[in-house]
Amino acid sequence: METTERNHIIYAIGEGVVSPLGFTASTVYEAVRNGERAGRAHEGTFGLPEPFFASLLDEARLKNAFSALWDYGCDGYTKLEMAAILAANQAIEEANIAPDRDNVIFILSTTKGNVELLEDNPYEPERLYLWHTAQMVADFFDNPNTPIVVSNACISGCAAQIEAFRQLRHAGYRYAVVVGADMLSKFIISGFQSFKALSPELCKPFDGSRRGLNLGEGAAALVYTIDDPGTELPAGTLVAEGEAICNDANHISGPSRTGEGLLRAIQKATKGYDTSRTAFINAHGTATPYNDDMESIAIHRAGLQDIPTNSLKGYFGHTLGAAGILEVILSAHALRNGIVLASAGTEEPGTAADIHICLETKPVQGDGFLKLISGFGGSNAVLRFSITK
Amino acid sequence: MGKHNFDIESYCRITNDKVVVNNELLMQKGESGDWLADIYHHIGMQYPKFFKMDHLCKVGTLAAELVLKDKTFDRETVKADWAVILMNSASSLDDDRQYQETIRDRENYYPSPSIFVYTLANIVTGEIAIRHKIGGESSFYVFEHFDGARMDELVARAFDDNPELNTLLCGWVDYDTDGCDVLLCSFIRKESKESSENIAEYLNQLYKNQ
Repeated sequence: METTERNHIIYAIGEGVVSPLGFTASTVYEAVRNGERAGRAHEGTFGLPEPFFASLLDEARLKNAFSALWDYGCDGYTKLEMAAILAANQAIEEANIAPDRDNVIFILSTTKGNVELLEDNPYEPERLYLWHTAQMVADFFDNPNTPIVVSNACISGCAAQIEAFRQLRHAGYRYAVVVGADMLSKFIISGFQSFKALSPELCKPFDGSRRGLNLGEGAAALVYTIDDPGTELPAGTLVAEGEAICNDANHISGPSRTGEGLLRAIQKATKGYDTSRTAFINAHGTATPYNDDMESIAIHRAGLQDIPTNSLKGYFGHTLGAAGILEVILSAHALRNGIVLASAGTEEPGTAADIHICLETKPVQGDGFLKLISGFGGSNAVLRFSITK
Repeated sequence: MGKHNFDIESYCRITNDKVVVNNELLMQKGESGDWLADIYHHIGMQYPKFFKMDHLCKVGTLAAELVLKDKTFDRETVKADWAVILMNSASSLDDDRQYQETIRDRENYYPSPSIFVYTLANIVTGEIAIRHKIGGESSFYVFEHFDGARMDELVARAFDDNPELNTLLCGWVDYDTDGCDVLLCSFIRKESKESSENIAEYLNQLYKNQ
């Protein structure tokens, strides 16, 4: 096994987004910048007896976009597979790499894949398996390597990027295509409803009167590459600088009351780093009472309570396996423009510990940001990035 | 072959008909219908939470108990120098299928939070982390088949990347319509040195030898 020295630099060279707010990363960024929110009330959707708020992708639009890419049309592809392929394709085109080469590895982040097929599966039985979904994506691009699936609940998108860094450092690949995607269904919505985790209105991350989360559909992709230390990078490049995953060892569905795992992950990802360089923290901010309290405690304990902090869930909901990738892409866009995005939906911050929640989009100082994410299974991940000047 | 920075401390193989721990046959399936409960009782485990778990978490929890049964360690404090990294083929599909039954009909609709909570593959890493107070990384990967080379790579780079890591539980924990298929190992850090051992091949042998 070839091990590349840790001081090599890993950076993004392509991005892709498929979201109810738009079908490219820039259009979604513009929509978010303009304060658009994709969450809507849905009644009777997916045959659910109770109404819910969510951000759903328009299937006709998705099929149109996919047909434009693929001469043979959408037959034989699920909504999830189409969205994942479209996002990956954007990222690959921007990166200008040949995805059929053996120096490219595909990594899929998903929590539930094609789980809606349990209700009715017109395809082969393997379509329910996450490895098969990843293979469909890799096959679309004629990639010769066995793709990797990271399924780490809500932290999957960040964990998949960490897996990409490891593949680039250790496995000899030159490029890693990281794709995150999850679609909503009766299965997922009913489960979150049974947990009483869904907000009966548009979500209000970190707000004192927050009542739960909104779910959202989406796919997002990043292409990462690795280079020798000291390589000159174009201004505005997203560079991966630190990462950590830590478990709370506390509860499978409830976050730690003391933010223990997240605090450890923050400390590990920022070890030896001058945190005054941090322009902002993009938190998980699901808008459930427990998650946001836990994050506020961990941020405060880490001494980062004065750093501007936002949640992007108010724009497009919790996009599950796509969240960690989509939110990194949008945070990178914001920092390139020298701003932190407002936490849409937050009116009066109110969390267990006082932290600096951004109510408005505003200019920031610093060249780095932290991405925080936590999820079921007690897992927490932190990524630290910088944007080159 | 090449440089190694870890040793296999212990392993456990659980299939539908037997349990093997460190080359010893611990038990074979008897007449009873509940194989995982039989293992639980046979090893004298005292952990009532076990009975709330889905099959995947049950079999993963049993395997972790077995690989750690003779290890001396601090069972009371959360250990940041321990990690748990698992893989399988079916993610949480066994529990997904059960949950689906609770929402199939509008007339018979009773979505259960206690079943839904297990519809994520990585919950088993969480259960093991809670039981043994593992505060380092917890990760879950999905591949079509077990592959000793893949596991060797995951373990080697985990020790390489993370100087704090001392004990790693890593392995294959699968539960599907055809039952359970588990190979879990406990790995510990050692000084990196040249070795002629082929760990990938050794892991493949442990997996094949049922």
